Amino acid sequence: MSTTQAEILVSGKPGSGPGLALSAPISFWGGVDPKTGCIADVRHPEHGLSIAGCVLFLPGTIGSSSASAVLMELVHNGRAPAALVLHEPDAILLLGLIVAREMGWDTPLALRLDRNRFGAFAGRQVTVEADGRLS
Amino acid sequence: MSLALTPEERAIATGEAGEGAAMAMRIVAESAKLLGAPRLIPIASAHIDGALYHGDSGTLFAERLVEGGARVAVRATLNVGALDLMGCSRVRLEEPARGMARRMMEAYRKLGCEQNWTCAPYQAGHRPAAGTDVAWGESNAVAFCNSVLGARTNRYGDFLDIACAIAGRAPDYGLHRPENRRATLVFDVSNLPAKFLKSEIAWPILGNLYGREVGNAVGVMAGVPGHPGEDALKAFGAAAASSGAVGLFHIADVTPEAPTLAVALGGLEPQATIRVTPQMVADARRSLSTAASDDRIDAVAIGSPHLSLAEFDRLEALINGRRLRVPIYACTGRHVVWELDRQQRRTALETAGVVVVVDTCVVVTPILPDKPDGVLMTNSGKFAHYAPGNTGYAVIYGSLADCVESAAIGKPILTDFA
Repeated sequence: MSTTQAEILVSGKPGSGPGLALSAPISFWGGVDPKTGCIADVRHPEHGLSIAGCVLFLPGTIGSSSASAVLMELVHNGRAPAALVLHEPDAILLLGLIVAREMGWDTPLALRLDRNRFGAFAGRQVTVEADGRLS
Repeated sequence: MSLALTPEERAIATGEAGEGAAMAMRIVAESAKLLGAPRLIPIASAHIDGALYHGDSGTLFAERLVEGGARVAVRATLNVGALDLMGCSRVRLEEPARGMARRMMEAYRKLGCEQNWTCAPYQAGHRPAAGTDVAWGESNAVAFCNSVLGARTNRYGDFLDIACAIAGRAPDYGLHRPENRRATLVFDVSNLPAKFLKSEIAWPILGNLYGREVGNAVGVMAGVPGHPGEDALKAFGAAAASSGAVGLFHIADVTPEAPTLAVALGGLEPQATIRVTPQMVADARRSLSTAASDDRIDAVAIGSPHLSLAEFDRLEALINGRRLRVPIYACTGRHVVWELDRQQRRTALETAGVVVVVDTCVVVTPILPDKPDGVLMTNSGKFAHYAPGNTGYAVIYGSLADCVESAAIGKPILTDFA
């Protein structure tokens, strides 16, 4: 299988899981249940799916200033994605990983990759290496 | 461009001033790297939105800072928490969340933050001077601070706000830089009837529309006939910052960085002009209501942002000694409640059927009765935006006068306007 090199936004623990590519931007606050990792926004196309343990591909994020709190809470509850792959960095969301790492908790990697390349990973098992390689 | 820290900043980040200060400095520096900021800049004050309980991890973070000996380096006021510490209203948050929310509020106190617990700190004596750099959280406070006070802040999210307050620094980025504060869009309201523009209801509705039309760009409103008053600008900013990611707006001849339309635009042509029509206003007003019908209400909520003393004056005048059939939840800060109590006005309000909510508000914590098909009437563009998702209540949007009249007779009254 071929590998893709992505840029590391926030370093973290390598991981693998099913590739879940969201088809619309999401607001973590109000959009993801911090206790379960389920997509709670009823207007979101992937409403009801869980992001926990997935390699999550985000085409865009809707900035709420509490997105970081939700992502950190997911990490704390063991319901975070195995890795996050963003089309564009979202400093508020990724702050949740930075703070969780400061707390000494295991945090997933966050990578940057053009959303046109998400399709190759959606729906299959994806492995993310510590150096930012996806396969 | 990569981030360059000063020798002092690097020393703090490696623990010279204690582990709490180090953690805060590293968080600010990591955020600066993600944002592409070249350096950190000193800040004069902070307003902290991070003390609202979303889960245990936020409490553990604040307590870790306390254990590490951290203290805020600049004046830091606190936004609402999840509890009414003054005990004016009953918050239905159950244990263990209740205990964790209380521990979180306590940790922020120990970090040296002022116990204001208000989303309108700018009406509780925290007013940074024009041109100063600050790190504020809470979207309405950010909009007011930038736009009405002319101080400079980005929209600081949870954790970064307190980290900046402890470090006394913020990433040099975004709205801290003068070149990013220039308006590129014109939001022209000169085609709207003067009677509407002078009404109290105009401001939250125009704010909602502005937020959706302008989003995170910087715009300037043109065609406003004179200064509408600070509470109107407060309502406008709150509505705009909840329907769009508005951090800074200008109003020609009203706000400090817009002495004229041309100055707000930096002498350049706007990229676009949005000409607001009466139809757009009518649509925006309709979009603020979500209730299927206008035949009943279960509660009225006002005070997002928190009510000022002047707004309580108006509430009392509108109630005019009547006993309300439907409760009015009036959210405010202790800076106003102390004044109401000093003037012995709160008891009469409560006897009439007003529930004074202090230190928090009805959309961030469970206060309204649990009612699956409940209908809430409000004059706040921000409550109208968040109440359906956060409380389960459907919303009817109306002016303050209509809200009070509806509460008094027990069913919704909606006055046509313009």
